[in-house]
Amino acid sequence: MIALYLTIFISLILALIFLVLFLNNVRQGQYEDTYTPSIRMILEDEFEDHSEEEEE
Amino acid sequence: MEKQKFYYDDKVTKLFAWATVVWGITAFTVGLMVAYLSWFPHYMDGISWLSYGRLRPLHTNAAIFAFVGNGIFAGVYYSTQRLLKTRMYNDTLSRIHFWGWQLIIVLAAITLPLGISSSKEYAELEWPIDILVALVWVVFTLNLVMTVVKRRVRHIYVAIWFYLSTAVTIAMLYIFNNLELPATLTKSYSVYAGVEDAVVQWWYGHNAVAFFLTTPILGLMYYFVPKAAKRPIYSYRLSIIHFWSLIFLYIWAGPHHLLYSATPEWAQVLGTIFSLMLIFPSWGGMINGLLTLRGAWDRVREDPILKMYVVAITSYGMSTFEGPMLSFKSLNAIAHFTDWIVAHVHVGTLGWNGFIVMGMLYWMVPRLYKTKLYSVKLANQHFWIGTIGILLYVIPMYIAGWTQALMWKQFNPDGTLKYGEFMDTVTEILPMHYMRAIGGTLYLTGALMLVYNLVKTAKGHTVEDTEAEAAPLSALPGSRQQGENFHNWLERKGVLFTVLALIVTAIGGAVEIIPTIFIDSNIPKLEAVKPYTPLELEGRDIYVREGCYNCHSQMIRPFRSEVERYGPYSKAGEYVYDHPFQWGSKRTGPDLFREGGKRPNLWHFNHLYEPESMMSGSIMPNYEWIIKNDLDASDVQAKMKALRTLGTKLKDGTEVYTDEYISKAPQLLAKQAKEIADDLMANNVDTASTAYVDAFGDKKVDLSKKEIVALIAYLQRLGTDTTKKVETAKK
Repeated sequence: MIALYLTIFISLILALIFLVLFLNNVRQGQYEDTYTPSIRMILEDEFEDHSEEEEE
Repeated sequence: MEKQKFYYDDKVTKLFAWATVVWGITAFTVGLMVAYLSWFPHYMDGISWLSYGRLRPLHTNAAIFAFVGNGIFAGVYYSTQRLLKTRMYNDTLSRIHFWGWQLIIVLAAITLPLGISSSKEYAELEWPIDILVALVWVVFTLNLVMTVVKRRVRHIYVAIWFYLSTAVTIAMLYIFNNLELPATLTKSYSVYAGVEDAVVQWWYGHNAVAFFLTTPILGLMYYFVPKAAKRPIYSYRLSIIHFWSLIFLYIWAGPHHLLYSATPEWAQVLGTIFSLMLIFPSWGGMINGLLTLRGAWDRVREDPILKMYVVAITSYGMSTFEGPMLSFKSLNAIAHFTDWIVAHVHVGTLGWNGFIVMGMLYWMVPRLYKTKLYSVKLANQHFWIGTIGILLYVIPMYIAGWTQALMWKQFNPDGTLKYGEFMDTVTEILPMHYMRAIGGTLYLTGALMLVYNLVKTAKGHTVEDTEAEAAPLSALPGSRQQGENFHNWLERKGVLFTVLALIVTAIGGAVEIIPTIFIDSNIPKLEAVKPYTPLELEGRDIYVREGCYNCHSQMIRPFRSEVERYGPYSKAGEYVYDHPFQWGSKRTGPDLFREGGKRPNLWHFNHLYEPESMMSGSIMPNYEWIIKNDLDASDVQAKMKALRTLGTKLKDGTEVYTDEYISKAPQLLAKQAKEIADDLMANNVDTASTAYVDAFGDKKVDLSKKEIVALIAYLQRLGTDTTKKVETAKK
């Protein structure tokens, strides 16, 4: 069942990539603030926002 | 810090948005065309490129890669630029991505109906198009990653992480599942055989669901739901946790598509365990999405976009609850191969993917054209029609699945099958299929209302120049050099380079390693099992071309009910020469793995021409062209050479496809074809068969030159290698 080992091997590589990314994110402080990012993306000023209000 | 003025590339977003609409309608229409086939089995008869087996791959590919795919890209291009406060990295790459993707879709829409198919589900495209897909995907990945690198916001919002994981993972999955050896320009053979092919295919298949229909859609949810609700996500922390756990778990769940098959038991257990664990990250996302609407329920009442999101996220919750449950072996034993699975995936695609994408379009298109939606009322009506459509589709399919599965397993007190005739279990559920077609019609109607609404919205505003957005260079861009920042810079670049390097290495390594590994793979071979003869090989390629696997499985599970109905259960060693495997995933018709020798050649001849003539009530389409078409076996030697490279040695190591054998192939083929044709003639096919008379009149036709003979040869060979052995041993 080489195919099984192959898929597992690739999956592990992928997991490794994700792990490196994750650790790097943590070290970069991506997750130190788990609140304001969610607010910031809402408040992002869309150029057209002023013309666009609640629909009736 | 001074502010920088720049423009978002909204043109490419618009292109993707309109492509989503166009291909969405196409995908739904093709879906309906095949759905109505169970109601009116013959309304497209005689048109080979409109037969079920060829259209169903077109439907699935169009729904996944054309409709949802373009929808994802539209959302990704829209949100990524805004979240990162930058234009996409490179406009040319964006355009190549867009036009390349559309070219792929058009090529798919041409080749699949022509029967040019590798028969691996959701990866049916043949090798030249596969290469194109890989290239375009790399362009997209590069464009996305480089946009992240040159961003103007330090923090990378969670949606972007979902997009990035999609880009990286799909590239790997697609390449590894589509490793195939070309025999001609339009025909290739999967490098994996039988069980191994099945393992890789469903590893891919499940992750196509995971990383094409789930992670990017969750990314869209995390951008567009808060935007539309004007409320932050319920918990940003939860979004991070469920993102990482989801992508770590998803990749291992594939084998749950192969429970009770000839796949090793430990792999099946692994798949089940990971599928069960998946409920936690999946529901983390579902809860996070729904609770984002807390305090906004009054607006849900009026806003069609929010309504769609509620149904979409609820659908996500339902299908991700159902998925782990279906991975339990005991439940899977009932559900697999039935309409239950069809219902399950349509909750996901119609509800979750469809409504997230459509809700996104309702929100995004007016903003792209700097105007308001043409009609909120119409959008509300769309929501209701669409939702009723989903229910009318899904509920009957659940009932059909349960009904049929139980009928398949029903025994009489004397130990015989209660519904020994497969046809009885089909007739029983047909009313459910009619309802499903009505549900699908409603869903398409809703989509047409969306098109009208969006076109009207955009119409008067086409002249308006978009793209005028200015934003500050808020934080430090990626590469800054202030003393110790060099380390940061190195780190960031380092990660990027590591990722890219790993991907390249993995792919390069695979291309080198795989062919050597898979030649003479180490699946235990059975003495009795031999490679196909030239004629059977041609027949098998016709089976693949017509997409028979869409309705007929070739995998008998070790249940009393299946052994009773179809014959001895399948063993791994019986598939070692099957490039690609043909296990299928749905039994609209009976399993064919032990079809060989069950019925006379003449029966197959008549049945393929007009199934109803042999099986009253059959909903199988007529395959007239297989009887009428001349067999084109000109490539048989090239095909055999390709297969020899992949392994055609017997258990004892002797090569079957020797140079001599291959050089004699045309004669051997003609000889076997003549035997079958002679048998047909001996049974008075030319006078007694209405199929013959209908196809050829009173002309004397050399049947050995027709495709039907090759297909019969293959069907008569199916599953006989080992059963013959048993018979002779008994004697």
